[in-house]
Amino acid sequence: MRKVRLVIIGGGPAGLAAVLGAKHAGEDDILILERDKQLGGILNQCIHNGFGLHTFHEELTGPEYAARFSCEIKNQNILYSLNTMVTNISKDKIITAVNPSEGLFQIQAQAIILAMGCTERPRGALNIPGTRPAGIYTAGTAQKFVNVYGLMPGKEVVILGSGDIGLIMARRMTLEGAKVKMVVEKMPYSSGLKRNIVQCLEDFEIPLKLSHTVVDIEGNRRLEAVWIAQVKEGRILPETRERISCDTLLLSCGLIPENELSAMMGIELSDQTKGPKVNESLETNIPGVFACGNVLHVHDLVDFVSQEASMAGRKAVEYLREPKSGQKHEVPVEAGNGVRYTVPSRMCLEAMESSLPVRFRVDQIYKDGFFCVYGNDQRIMRRPFRIATPGEMVQILLTKKQLEGIDLQRIRIELEAKINEN
Amino acid sequence: MKTKELTCIGCPMGCVLTVQINQGKVQSVHGNSCLNGDRYARQEVCAPARILTTTVPLAGDDNHLMLSVKTRNPIPKNKIFACIQELKKVQVKAPVHVGDLVLKNVANTGVDVVSTQNIG
Amino acid sequence: MLNHDIVIIGAGVSGSAIARELSRYDLDIVVLEKQEDICSGTSKANSGIIHAGYDAPEGSLMASLNVEGNAMMDSWSEELDIPFQRIGSLVVCLEEEGMPFLEKLYQRGIKNGVPHLEIIDRQRLKQLEPHIAQDAVGALYAPSAGIVCPFELNLAMAENAVQNGVRFLFDAEVLSIDKIDQGFCVLTSKGKVLTKHVINAAGVHADTIHNMVSMQKMEIIPRKGEYVLLDKKAGKHVRHTIFQLPTKMGKGVLVTPTIHGNLLVGPTSEDVQDKEALNTTEKGLRDVIEKAKKTVQDLPMHMIITSFAGLRAHHPAHEFIIEEVKDVPGFIDVAGIESPGLSSCPAIGKKVAKWFQEKYDLVQKSDFQPRRKGLNHLYAINSHQKNALIQKDPRYGNIVCRCEMISEGEIVEAIHRPIPARSLDGVKRRVRAGMGRCQGGFCLPKVVEILAREQDGKTAKEITKSGKNSYFIAGNNKEDLL
Repeated sequence: MRKVRLVIIGGGPAGLAAVLGAKHAGEDDILILERDKQLGGILNQCIHNGFGLHTFHEELTGPEYAARFSCEIKNQNILYSLNTMVTNISKDKIITAVNPSEGLFQIQAQAIILAMGCTERPRGALNIPGTRPAGIYTAGTAQKFVNVYGLMPGKEVVILGSGDIGLIMARRMTLEGAKVKMVVEKMPYSSGLKRNIVQCLEDFEIPLKLSHTVVDIEGNRRLEAVWIAQVKEGRILPETRERISCDTLLLSCGLIPENELSAMMGIELSDQTKGPKVNESLETNIPGVFACGNVLHVHDLVDFVSQEASMAGRKAVEYLREPKSGQKHEVPVEAGNGVRYTVPSRMCLEAMESSLPVRFRVDQIYKDGFFCVYGNDQRIMRRPFRIATPGEMVQILLTKKQLEGIDLQRIRIELEAKINEN
Repeated sequence: MKTKELTCIGCPMGCVLTVQINQGKVQSVHGNSCLNGDRYARQEVCAPARILTTTVPLAGDDNHLMLSVKTRNPIPKNKIFACIQELKKVQVKAPVHVGDLVLKNVANTGVDVVSTQNIG
Repeated sequence: MLNHDIVIIGAGVSGSAIARELSRYDLDIVVLEKQEDICSGTSKANSGIIHAGYDAPEGSLMASLNVEGNAMMDSWSEELDIPFQRIGSLVVCLEEEGMPFLEKLYQRGIKNGVPHLEIIDRQRLKQLEPHIAQDAVGALYAPSAGIVCPFELNLAMAENAVQNGVRFLFDAEVLSIDKIDQGFCVLTSKGKVLTKHVINAAGVHADTIHNMVSMQKMEIIPRKGEYVLLDKKAGKHVRHTIFQLPTKMGKGVLVTPTIHGNLLVGPTSEDVQDKEALNTTEKGLRDVIEKAKKTVQDLPMHMIITSFAGLRAHHPAHEFIIEEVKDVPGFIDVAGIESPGLSSCPAIGKKVAKWFQEKYDLVQKSDFQPRRKGLNHLYAINSHQKNALIQKDPRYGNIVCRCEMISEGEIVEAIHRPIPARSLDGVKRRVRAGMGRCQGGFCLPKVVEILAREQDGKTAKEITKSGKNSYFIAGNNKEDLL
């Protein structure tokens, strides 16, 4: 069986940054397994700009951002296999994969970085009643048709969900000649960036209907109309039902980390993030198996994916140099008041570098409050904020200094703030 | 004197900005929570501009039917559809690289359209 | 000139089983289907259960054909190369007062000839089904009940019929039928077909077809059933098909593993007017979920991947109507084929074929081929077989559907079968691409591309979800910009 020291599953933004992180840390025996016919993952179809402000200090489009990484991979002569689907990973890191030229094959890895990304929530999972005609697509599928194939999936469009992909597709479809009638959002606020609401909707006078959702679907062959209704405190108000004729419904209703392989190999997953539970080194419960990017938790900025993945690469190399043996003293990192989850969800003080980014999301919109960190029950950090929304991942930096001198049993992150009522 | 309302895009606060305009000149900006809001309002009212991204058909590569492109610099917001119209007639042949010129001075904006992909 | 001996109207499980059984004889047979594929009506959206046969009244055609069909399923699945599992069914009784009804069901089953029936107590039930409801008191256990994929069974029967000389005509809707000398003139949307006999296996439309020729009018009521389908991760939540003993409060829903390892919950039961009403409703889906929770605990409803509705072809007599129409000799009704129609279809095929065989004293063809080879499925073969297949055709190594791990090779094969996949649903139902948790979000553009390429270079705009106007692509980028 072929042996490789470090295998990266997925050649999207996370995988590529992880590879470079590992390469820069001195590892040479690396292989990327990518299922598509090119490196770069979903960035290749995200042709809009706005990527890379943090990483490169300029605004790039998705393909440009991906190209920066894939050129570097090629320059560094790092091995990658395209058109290669990983079908199984065993607990002892035997990877089974398939591609047209090699058939079904196995690789024994010493360390693995999981970077499989995420998937869009489909109609079925949303349980929208009605008929099942053609014309209902996830926003990402429509994006692929338009941006990769040059094909329009429809002409009169309603978009359900105001996440960034939905907003971006409202503009794309409009620019390519479709009529986008409205964006419908179940929540009273949009989870998309303000910039996208202005530049993708307001620029083209596309209405955003907050606190509304799609309640029925009409059309036997091709979509003919959707019915929308107002949502109040989680309940649909039937008297507000309204028929919107359209031939296309795009769904932008959330992303789910793609952890089928992780589950197969026995990796513990978080109910909150749907991604692996990891420690301060982004290592899962299986030693030598790391996770980063959207397979770990869904990010809103690719720059943070790159940062996180680069660290996973570095940490994987540390593991390869010195596979930790025996029990580490790990303490839980808990999500307290107002916090939905944290990544990492546990940490080991000895293994921590001088500082550690902790990423989390809040559960509602808050204004003028504080992010607080507690070591045991002692507050060790209190950082003010103007606004915190569920759509925006928060990152705080814990330093080793703050935690030293405490007999650390647990860390808790919580909010001190009032819920924003409007 | 004219009054215009804008949503600031600087951060998730999304401050509603009220801009007073007199003879095409910004007199005052209200509603902003920080200096970025003021700056944004003045730019957005006087000369709103956007980077335009789209795709054009690509010939000569089996794996790619379309090439993604962008305006190298922001173009005036009201020229977006004029630029798209001009790009409707454009086809590119592979190989092509990031930054290669696709269309010069699109819709007389003085801005070039360039490739954002490496193909071939 | 009457160019056909028999026209079968409808390519569902009844029509296809009849076609397969009649293809044993030297007859000129054509099957007319108004949709673009087989299994597009009642046969498509049902529970996929091969019932044991205790439900139908003693002495009814439903009872006898069900029990007979169930028994035939082992040899049919083997000959036709389709998966079939006898997982057994449980009719669960949730209150002590129900036990006499369970006993009644048991007695009826015995009279109908159902093998190995048993009434089991709470403890045994709990052993068989650890997730069964706390208040379950007992159950009727029928080990002979099983599960199949209705589509694969339908396809296999149709393909075997094609192997033996039957022709299938799709997109051929029957518009009128005229009685002519020695037979019938059937006018379809694809032209005229002249035939000596007509077999009416038109599902919910069997009444329309029947009433075209007979003075004794028939009515078929479309009875809607809504279902939800759960991810494979939930597929082992129950091991048997679990029914709920009907109570004063009404009929329950079933919970069952499917042959492909998903978990299926449903159906509701509602008589509707519209024979195309395949919409699910908010109330229907809620009812399904609420009712299922009565018999099975901890159902992981967050794992729902899709929901769908089917229409059963209900006859007011609640009986299979399989007979030559009295005032129209040569015209045979196969109507009212609702549950247990799927279970009964081999026996229905046999019964209709027997009618012809006896009437014309037919002898089986010497070259009749009862065996049909199914499609290559990567998920069904070991790694050596996979590698042999990929070496022969590298497209089997190109995974297109990541949820179900379906390759380009399997999709291409489906498009070139005796009964070809012509649409996205056609591909999906043959090879399961797009059947997984992402429901085609990932593979849809690729499958559209392959369908276009493999069908003599059609364009993506011509590819549909399920025929006719169900197109995916409305045009090229920018073409509508003025």
